[in-house]
Amino acid sequence: MSALPEAAPLRRTLPRVTDRFALAGAVLIALIALAALLAPWLAPHPPDEVDPFAALRPPDAAHWFGTDAAGRDVLTRVLYGGRTSLFIAVTVLAVSATTGVLLGVVAGYAGGWVRDVIMRITDVFLAFPALLLSVALAVVLQPSVTTVIVAIAVTWWPWYARLSASMAASIATRPYVDAARCLGVPAPMIILRHVLPNSLTPVLVQVSLDGGGVILTAAALSYLGLGAQEPTAEWGLMVEQGQSLFTTNWWVVTFPGLAILLTAFAFNVLGEGLRNALDPRRIVK
Amino acid sequence: MIEVRDLRVSYGGRVVAKVPELDVAPGECVAIVGESGSGKSTTLLALLGLTEGAEVGGRIRVAGVDVTSASPAELRAIRGARVALVMQSPQAALSPTLRLGTLMRRALRLHGVGDAERVMAEAVEAVLLDPAILRRYPHEVSGGQAQRFAIALAIALGAEAILADEPTSALDVTVQAEVVAVLRTLCAERGLALLLVSHDLALVSTIAHRVLVMRAGEVVESGPAGRVLSEPSHPYTRELLEALP
Repeated sequence: MSALPEAAPLRRTLPRVTDRFALAGAVLIALIALAALLAPWLAPHPPDEVDPFAALRPPDAAHWFGTDAAGRDVLTRVLYGGRTSLFIAVTVLAVSATTGVLLGVVAGYAGGWVRDVIMRITDVFLAFPALLLSVALAVVLQPSVTTVIVAIAVTWWPWYARLSASMAASIATRPYVDAARCLGVPAPMIILRHVLPNSLTPVLVQVSLDGGGVILTAAALSYLGLGAQEPTAEWGLMVEQGQSLFTTNWWVVTFPGLAILLTAFAFNVLGEGLRNALDPRRIVK
Repeated sequence: MIEVRDLRVSYGGRVVAKVPELDVAPGECVAIVGESGSGKSTTLLALLGLTEGAEVGGRIRVAGVDVTSASPAELRAIRGARVALVMQSPQAALSPTLRLGTLMRRALRLHGVGDAERVMAEAVEAVLLDPAILRRYPHEVSGGQAQRFAIALAIALGAEAILADEPTSALDVTVQAEVVAVLRTLCAERGLALLLVSHDLALVSTIAHRVLVMRAGEVVESGPAGRVLSEPSHPYTRELLEALP
């Protein structure tokens, strides 16, 4: 049996997610996502509008968050930057969770040499510090948003593979899996219909906890010049461009920095909240 | 329907079940009794070819298929559709994320049974369940309902034999009686072959025609239920009977 606490099935628990913590995180992320999605309508200025005569203005009525060295509105670019960062986060999580979970579930259910092969490959990826591997990949590839996504997804999936493999291994011993085998259900269908849906709960928690991590990593890569390039609005890139101005023009670096902080925080709150809300010891109560 | 000769199941050289002869005809109920670890459940699994990692010797014919030499696809085709297994913990045997109706519909599609809605309604009625049960999730039904649903699934799939592994031991006494009544009716009226594994001699005496007593992997006594349970010849059978309340 796995050492993981037995998570309650998703279907049974989802309607009970009344946990205030999880709710607060979800609302916060919804607001951030909404602001990013509606950026073209919310933003007071076009994102690439350069105005040399309005460079480095402190926050005022026309530019709430001030302007950067090229005279671009920082509020506008923070809103547009949210689109880039959230797009990266969602894509990375979708790609790595799908890959990791599928491989993990197959490994966990099949056991034997299938598990050994999949898990050893996973271990190879886990052997490298995640950020270092991402940086190495990003250096080899052309710096761009796509590069960031690939570089992070490659280091991220093994965690989901490992998590879902141990979940699937424990699900595989459940009577309903035996029952499915006794009904003549072929193995791929057992994995897809029974093992997968019942192993998803902890993955869901992990995905929401990881949202913040991906945003931070993406920002780090852009900050290092390996990710989004000018003139794309991206929080990490904005921080990099603004940091040298911090002592004289604090707003250029501070607002994108706060945006990163707030989003990462919101994902963590949601993840922690979900973890508590889906804890079987609380559901049984 | 079920025909076993010289069955020998062993794991790594250790014999866990040895059954020289076991036949179940249509309409007949045969019970295997014995304590935990006596090889009862292993025998059942061997009938479906589900003893993974075990060496299985002897001859097993189930629904006309030679289980020891059948291909995985042939085995999958008889599992459920011709020989159904009813398990000990009825709710745990149902996938928690599926409505009962969805599960049954998928099983019918898997085995190519047409006219699913009518078949499902009839099967549910045959085990005296409310058809509304098909819209529920496993955690929303009682143990007795779940167990009768498992039997309904066997009927819907057109199974000719039911293998029941301690089908009542996880249920309340009153619910046990319902499940037993359903099983007995199916046996008598639909001519299903029923192979029952149980340590509950009271249950066995009400339903079984013939009894096999197993201990430590060996059949120690077998014969008509009436004789075995009233005039046991083996000391172990007498022990089991004396243990009855």
